[in-house]
Amino acid sequence: MTLPIAAEAAQNPLLPNWDEFIIGTVVFLIVFGLLGKLLLPRITKTLAEREDAIEGGINRAENAQKEAADLREQYRAQLAEAAREASRQREAAREEGAQIVAEMREQAQAEARRIVDAAQAQIAAERQQALQSLRAEVGSLATELASRIVGESLADTARQGRMIDRFLAEIDNGTGTAASTSAPAGSGR
Amino acid sequence: MTGDVAVSAAATGGCHIFSGCGYPAPGLQNFDFRPLFTIGSWGFTKPELIAVLCGVIVVGFFSVAFAKPRLIPGKTQSLGELAVLAVRDQIVRPVLGKKGDSYLQFIVPLFFFIFMMNLMELIPLFQFPVMSRIGFVWPLVFGVYILYWYLGFKSKGFIGYFKSWIPPGVPWPIVIFGLLGLVEILKYTIFQPFTLGVRLFGNMFAGHLLLTIFMVATWYLTSLSVGLLYAAGSVFMVLFVFLLESLVSLLQAFIFSTLTATYIADSLEHGH
Repeated sequence: MTLPIAAEAAQNPLLPNWDEFIIGTVVFLIVFGLLGKLLLPRITKTLAEREDAIEGGINRAENAQKEAADLREQYRAQLAEAAREASRQREAAREEGAQIVAEMREQAQAEARRIVDAAQAQIAAERQQALQSLRAEVGSLATELASRIVGESLADTARQGRMIDRFLAEIDNGTGTAASTSAPAGSGR
Repeated sequence: MTGDVAVSAAATGGCHIFSGCGYPAPGLQNFDFRPLFTIGSWGFTKPELIAVLCGVIVVGFFSVAFAKPRLIPGKTQSLGELAVLAVRDQIVRPVLGKKGDSYLQFIVPLFFFIFMMNLMELIPLFQFPVMSRIGFVWPLVFGVYILYWYLGFKSKGFIGYFKSWIPPGVPWPIVIFGLLGLVEILKYTIFQPFTLGVRLFGNMFAGHLLLTIFMVATWYLTSLSVGLLYAAGSVFMVLFVFLLESLVSLLQAFIFSTLTATYIADSLEHGH
């Protein structure tokens, strides 16, 4: 473009110099094409990715934290449960032990009582028996002895002595039977 | 490096105050450049060179930053992400919400291309805001224009889009005879694109003119006289305008992008 035309264009600054218009258009199209169509989409994508990464990271961290808290809560609950269980078992064992001891003691006491009772009963029975037989025997013996003594008293002392010996021997030998059989006979006489 | 030969000669030459030499006022001629070289009938001028350079810088930076994007970004990638996210969170999302993210690929290049072109006003050796040449503005406006018409047709249908221009609930007589219809039609077909382009162009044009005026004035006022005092004032103004323009460069890129987002939202929105 030569100077006169430029000078002419200078008359009205609102009318474009067409050289400049073309250059301006081309340059802006190139800038827009490279920047807008090529570079900006890249950085927009990167920005989105970064935002995503940061947000994702935050979300992941939050999730992890939540999970950890949950797990901790769970563990704590489990621990408390275990402690409760242990104490419960201990209590149960103690109770059971006490019960066993009490039972055993009762059993032993009952046994002892039983044994003592039985022994006492036996003793009483035997005593009763002895008493009875003794009472009967002593009476008959005394009676027999007395009758014999009385019946033969007048014979002689020798005979008396013999009779006592015999009587004693009878007692030794046949116990009360001979004496008791002979006693009624004797007494009947 | 300021354009017109006459002004350059006057400004760089020995033309100072009190030497009977008038102030070589900068003007439209400062925005016209001789071709740096010509290819056939094509004269390649300084604004064109800067425009190409801006394209290379923007694409170059983002290529380095985003060529192989990683989840854990390096320094350049972090910077690039910062830039893109700034556009997303300050321009696109406030207007379009999350669904606007798909228009980032248009608005991000738009923003940084304009910003870089504007910034060239302040970078030594270049010192020319390319957007003060409207030839570079109209293509962008044209792009935005096509985009919001296309989105309007796409989301509302051919008739529906035109219908959506008229605010609902307004009686037809008012639309036609109250000129509401005409105003709305003009708004979408002419006013919006025109103001979009001229706003950017005008700001950069005025900014460059201001800077040039005070720079030339500084040189013009510099002489071994009371002029030195004026020159000091002029230097202060240069610094002030410089700071102002660094703000305006960013602001105009921001406004252009935000308005683009607004027009897109307008095209997508149902029921006005």
